Amino acid sequence: MTGQRGGIPGSKLLRWGKRLLWANMFFSFFFLYAPIVILVAFSFNDSRLGARWAGFTLKWYGQMLESEAIRIAVRNSLFVAFVSTAISTVLGTMTAIAMERFRFPFRRTYDGILYLPVIIPDIVMAISLLAFFSLSLGWMNNLFGLQGTSSLRPGLTTVIIAHVAFNISFVAIVVRTSLRELDPDFEEAAQDLGADEWTTFRRIILPLIMPGILGGALLAFTLSLDDFVITFFTTGPGGTTLPIEVFGRIRRSISPEINAISTVMLLASMLLVVVSQFVQRRGSTGV
Amino acid sequence: MSEIYDVELRNVTKKFGDFTAVKEISLGVRKGEFFSLLGPSGCGKTTNLRMIAGFEAPTSGEILLGGQPVSQLPPFKRNVNTVFQNYALFPHLTVAENVAFGLEMKGLAKDEIRRRVADALEMVRLPDSGAKKPHQLSGGQRQRIALARAIVNQPRVLLLDEPLGALDLKLRKAMQLELKELQRQLGITFVFVTHDQEEALVMSDRIGVMNHGKLLQVGTPEEIYDRPANRFVADFIGDTNFLPCRIRECQEEVAWVQVGQSLQVKAACTQTLAQGKEATLAIRPEKIHLHPPGSEGSPGEDVFAGRIVEAVFMGTDTRYVVELEPTIQLVVRFQNVNAAAERFREGENVVVSWQPTSARVLLS
Amino acid sequence: MTARRKSLLAILLGPGAFWITLFFLIPLVLVVVYSFLERRSGGGVLWSFSLDAYVKLFSPTGDTLINDFMMILLRSLWWAALTSFVCLIIGYPLAFFIALQPPSHRTAYLFFVLIPFWTNFLVRTYAWKFILNNNGLLNNLLQALGMKRIALINTPTAVLIGLVYGSLPFMVLPLYASIEKLDFDLVEAAQDLGANYVRVFSRVILPLTMPGIVAGIVLVFIPVSGQYIVPTILGGGKVAMLGNLLAQQFGPALNWPFGSAIAVVFMALLMVGVIFYLRGDAREEEVGL
Repeated sequence: MTGQRGGIPGSKLLRWGKRLLWANMFFSFFFLYAPIVILVAFSFNDSRLGARWAGFTLKWYGQMLESEAIRIAVRNSLFVAFVSTAISTVLGTMTAIAMERFRFPFRRTYDGILYLPVIIPDIVMAISLLAFFSLSLGWMNNLFGLQGTSSLRPGLTTVIIAHVAFNISFVAIVVRTSLRELDPDFEEAAQDLGADEWTTFRRIILPLIMPGILGGALLAFTLSLDDFVITFFTTGPGGTTLPIEVFGRIRRSISPEINAISTVMLLASMLLVVVSQFVQRRGSTGV
Repeated sequence: MSEIYDVELRNVTKKFGDFTAVKEISLGVRKGEFFSLLGPSGCGKTTNLRMIAGFEAPTSGEILLGGQPVSQLPPFKRNVNTVFQNYALFPHLTVAENVAFGLEMKGLAKDEIRRRVADALEMVRLPDSGAKKPHQLSGGQRQRIALARAIVNQPRVLLLDEPLGALDLKLRKAMQLELKELQRQLGITFVFVTHDQEEALVMSDRIGVMNHGKLLQVGTPEEIYDRPANRFVADFIGDTNFLPCRIRECQEEVAWVQVGQSLQVKAACTQTLAQGKEATLAIRPEKIHLHPPGSEGSPGEDVFAGRIVEAVFMGTDTRYVVELEPTIQLVVRFQNVNAAAERFREGENVVVSWQPTSARVLLS
Repeated sequence: MTARRKSLLAILLGPGAFWITLFFLIPLVLVVVYSFLERRSGGGVLWSFSLDAYVKLFSPTGDTLINDFMMILLRSLWWAALTSFVCLIIGYPLAFFIALQPPSHRTAYLFFVLIPFWTNFLVRTYAWKFILNNNGLLNNLLQALGMKRIALINTPTAVLIGLVYGSLPFMVLPLYASIEKLDFDLVEAAQDLGANYVRVFSRVILPLTMPGIVAGIVLVFIPVSGQYIVPTILGGGKVAMLGNLLAQQFGPALNWPFGSAIAVVFMALLMVGVIFYLRGDAREEEVGL
């Protein structure tokens, strides 16, 4: 609905309808944010038992920062996120270009296949990869006669492989939107002026879809950092990521330390949202 | 004639799936010529242009540039440049970078590029716009930069795809003359696509009229206008009266036809047609003279009596509808040379006349 | 297509297609294959054909026709539907509201809807555990007010709250996209022709925003039906959904073929749903809707 309307001469129904909409809006945002606010607030609670307020403290944050387990988990998470984002952004962008600028048999089918990782429940993908890695790593171990400590086992590498497997689709979707909005005249003009396909891509297409690529990369990064289920089933000893660490703690006991970790994670996510909005905004005015 | 054309299409057909956009077209554009492809939307003229540029490959037939077949060459290897309908200026590059693009692709030295870009911007009269970005320019300015970007490469042929379409009327007319002058100066062969027949008449050395994928007629503006080959061309270019007629006699370039019940008209025809054949007589409104009743017109003319049914004042001329027989009406455009009091009015009896060569016999 | 373009296409499409085939499609095929194999004690499979897994899944236990496992499967689908419905009820008015705001405000509202969407799902679910726990915030509040404690944690209610909470942004965004495209002229035209507000909604607004509704439902239903985190954290061991069942079979229960069979049946049911939806869509197009 573009623009605004002055408003129809009020009927009682309309006024109540509007009140309902406002009420629902407030309720919705309250519903969405109250738990988050509570979580953050109680991360400063000076009480082990959690839910009763006993005074302000930063000790949980201190405890969190000193925890070796947390440090390793964060490092692993970031490592996995950066590597899988890099790979999936490249592969996803290439896939997007192929889908949007080429015509080939079974293109429609592949289009559908690309949407599967987005649609499929992550538990199904998780168990399928568990089965797959178990089988394939076992084969490779047998093939190369690897045993014991030198045998191939699930770990951060298998997690990275899994993350790339679903992120290719997400990146492709975002970049494809960018490509679709790109006037094909630009590419033709470049070729008309003597640029071959690679030069056209490098000088014209790439700069103009960069906001889309960055958006896709940011999405992939977030999805990788946040992933629990798939990571849980594809990782191995020594491959603990932050969500897995947090999950373990939640299962064990409620502690404000978890609140502290959660607050930091929330802040990190919000930062990513702001950055992505910034990138999108900049992209559209720079063009 | 075995001259080498700058652009030649030999029996070119282009199909998109079941749809045939271009049907067996053969034409040649001469060196240094301003050639227009004219036709309504969807007639295939843009498809032709794209095939010459290299963005589409012909389904069958050959395209030659300077005598060399180029059908297999990608666009970036052809010595042809295009001015796009929506200009397609690269939004992330400055005006100067846009104009320099083609020269960069050729690998020219930086100084040379700078010099040529400056010259090109000078030529389109936007010398200080180099540092600006396309979105900072007006529509007319963008159009000229698109032009500069193309001509700076000194292509053999320049292709223009309805480049003036997005401009308002006054600007359009100004640009038409500018483009014509530019072409004369540069001597580059222009292939110009448009649906505006007036534009084509003003600018072109020769025009190719197209409809439904077929090339209907190629000729100079005068030839197309005065001697249209068929009904579509006569109808598309300017205004024409079309009267159904029957051939009574036809030899060499002269025909005697019967229009309506009793009108015997001497007309021109380009083919020998059989007696009794049904055809169409085409006469342009401005070629018909009006005289007071009783006049016999000028020697050799066709002369008929009629009555004015309608008269609309148009400024420089008046548009009359003259009835010769109950079902035969002619639109006449007669210049308002005389004072208002002496002009013809509705209901008056008049005499119409025209030169036989102004009446043309056409098959549809 | 020229040879040049063909090789270009191969370079662009190849690596991604290879990765997806090897690390996404083939594992799924493997699961289907496993569902027809024999279980190996200690985990994994024995490579011999067996329908044990499906028998176990479909055979009734005792008097009941539907055994526990089918129960969990069906319950998961039912809760997914329920969650979608609740999200729709809350989300549609919200999306509508945002679309009615002036354009500058809209970006702000969407931003605030987007933030929970980007934050960690685990964390957001934990927040509810913190609130609903036996000595969580809610109970402490009730106690302070002199009321009785509620045992909400590890109940279906808690799980449903968590599911709705996690899915709401996924419903709001596609709904908003659809509502925003609505041409308000059509609403005015309908009113001009005599439609009251209810009719305007049911005959104009609802049908035209249906694509958004369907997209939202798909984006909520499918992930929720396979949820693992919410039933685990908010349901303890007591409220099991499909996700828990699958995790259990591939985890402690070490019955991979059985787990695979469950996954296959689950995917089959989802595909049937999708095909029905596509059929309905095609029929609508035939009728010219």
